[in-house]
Amino acid sequence: MSKMNMLQAINSAIMLAMEENQRSCVFGEDVGHFGGVFRATSGLQEKFGKDRVFNTPLVEQGIMGFANGLAALGYTTIAEIQFADYIFPAFDQIVNETAKFRYRSGNEFNVGNLVIRTPYGGGIAGGLYHSQSPEAYFAHTPGLQLVFPRNAYQAKGLLTSCIESNDPVIFFEPKRLYRASVGEVPEEKYSIPLGKAEVVKQGTDVSLLAWGAQVEIIEKAAAMAEEDGISCEIIDLRTVLPWDKETVVNSVIKTGRLIVSQEAPITSGFASEISATIQQECFLHLESPIDRVCGLDTPYPLAHEKEYMADHLKVYEAIKRSVNY
Amino acid sequence: MGKLNNVENPNNINRSDTLSLEFVSENALSIPAFKMMDANGDLYEGAAKSTLDKATALRIYETMRFVRVLDERMLAAQRQGRISFYMQCLGEEAAVTASAAALEDKDMIFAQYREQAALAYRGFSLENFMNQNFSNSKDLGKGRQMPIHYGSKELNYMTISSPLGTQIPQATGYAYGQKLDGNGACSICYFGEGAASEGDFHAGLNMAAVHKAPVLFFARNNGYAISTPASEQFKGDGIACRGVGYGMKAIRVDGVDTLAVYEAVKMAREYAVTHNEPVLIESIAYRLAAHSSSDDPSGYRSKDEEENFRQNCPIARFKSYLLKQGWLDEAEDEKAKEAIRQQVLEALKVSEKVDMPALEEIVTDVYEQVPLHLQEQYEQLKQHILKYPDAYPATAARIKTTPAEVK
Repeated sequence: MSKMNMLQAINSAIMLAMEENQRSCVFGEDVGHFGGVFRATSGLQEKFGKDRVFNTPLVEQGIMGFANGLAALGYTTIAEIQFADYIFPAFDQIVNETAKFRYRSGNEFNVGNLVIRTPYGGGIAGGLYHSQSPEAYFAHTPGLQLVFPRNAYQAKGLLTSCIESNDPVIFFEPKRLYRASVGEVPEEKYSIPLGKAEVVKQGTDVSLLAWGAQVEIIEKAAAMAEEDGISCEIIDLRTVLPWDKETVVNSVIKTGRLIVSQEAPITSGFASEISATIQQECFLHLESPIDRVCGLDTPYPLAHEKEYMADHLKVYEAIKRSVNY
Repeated sequence: MGKLNNVENPNNINRSDTLSLEFVSENALSIPAFKMMDANGDLYEGAAKSTLDKATALRIYETMRFVRVLDERMLAAQRQGRISFYMQCLGEEAAVTASAAALEDKDMIFAQYREQAALAYRGFSLENFMNQNFSNSKDLGKGRQMPIHYGSKELNYMTISSPLGTQIPQATGYAYGQKLDGNGACSICYFGEGAASEGDFHAGLNMAAVHKAPVLFFARNNGYAISTPASEQFKGDGIACRGVGYGMKAIRVDGVDTLAVYEAVKMAREYAVTHNEPVLIESIAYRLAAHSSSDDPSGYRSKDEEENFRQNCPIARFKSYLLKQGWLDEAEDEKAKEAIRQQVLEALKVSEKVDMPALEEIVTDVYEQVPLHLQEQYEQLKQHILKYPDAYPATAARIKTTPAEVK
């Protein structure tokens, strides 16, 4: 064990994977000698050489097209999109190619060795184009896995599983926590299963569900609610696609209440998908309507970031509404 | 502080300064089309030496002959309503077949969709072609894609996807991996002059040049993208000139001239694998066929125009060459054509009777394993079909009833 922040944990997961497997490459904008704008890939080019760790031209659709081809050859392919806000030029390659590679070929070919790493989310004064949480666009695409770590320990274990998975993954890294999240992280390799939510804290009155950086927000809200005598169960979804319905259903059957919180705008967000499924599965167990605490249906603002965000106070208010319904 | 690649030349240009205020002309570069053989199948005086041996020449010819017949019969089958869709290679058989012949079997083929001749050259069986077109249970693609979306891992032919140009950066990434593997293999990537307008063209070519990937970009400039003529697609001198902009070798070739295509691609392949660099090849031919079975060219070009190009048949030209070499016998050739027609008709009859893929294939291969939510959705679908079997006759009678059989 040693103290690592999330960037170091991510770096460690990639380092170990590349040591283990010669047929692996890391590439993206500025990821080479510089080690990425956030330094997640620091030291990799020095260790593994320019053939395996390299800068690409500024062309996201090219990064993903290249990644699809390399992964189809069987290479462990770790491609970085510098900000999730800039993933859209690569949307066609991800949605029409990555996600459908295995299905459309009848399993003649696949890009299961592909991991797309991308920093996402707000709270860093990034304005419209350095703050978005675009998971819902991809959650509508069968064939992809979407994974969100909430802290340094989770980041290393989940990223290791993503790299070893035989299906393509988008690994959304909460950049607000890159340096803020520091914890004990094993130096050796370990993995955390994909497709499994984690009940972070047991509770009896209301279930709170989030993923990525938003887990910290619902934890904070839960701590406030506990002072009012409300017992909150906290769930980190961890994998948004395919998501772990069972864990959420079991929790809601127990508590009778659910609040889902996401950073992204509320309309057509993944919280809506969860709400629809849970009302269907748990209809007779519900004591109050499922609530969503999300971003506003606006572009991500700069000056009003604090007001815009689905913060702990908004979640706390939702908890009170839910238990007093 | 890290080292810059080149402190002397941060802009990465071949710098030479001038005191003269003038543009570089948009016509500064003029690329000739390489050719060897005239319309009668005779080598031009002073033509490059052909290295095509008899066996390879005949294999190319037989492939072109096969694809011409296959295309005729399959378009007819589409018109009869037996298959839903088809695309012909008509007019471009030499470009596709001779380029494939200049490769090695270990080389990967990334096709656009009109390159069935390359797949046929590799040895894809008539049955495999048929099963794909009928999307039946023997289709390697499990009946998931429209006709002509072939793919074969065994034959190193990447499964086709409809979105245009997406295969271009993929070929770059694949070829980059081939370089790292060091097996001396490369990739070829086919696309039309229309697809060369896609952003993926720029992405794929630029990255291939920068990262030194051994990939042959084979632009089939056939004059039309569905109805849009090349004149409404780009302003510059075709596609080949763009190679210079990306810093890669380029060559333009007469795509109706089998000998020329073969030599050009052979030279390009040799260069690509020796230097680990991409090469851009532009083939000039004419898309004699409609874009697809859903297209009607009479809405955008004249019969006269088509007739003019029909005279310039790549197969007829190469046949003349083979006859003059004494490598082909006219009577045998006619017999062979008739035999292929019969084989195609027979195979067609067999394939259309093969069952459609089992219902569970609707949920397999989305992921490596069928996840829980898809197992649930499959189970719901199955119960629904069992309730209304008459509405889903193709699958109702064949549904497996135990969930354990769904992997």
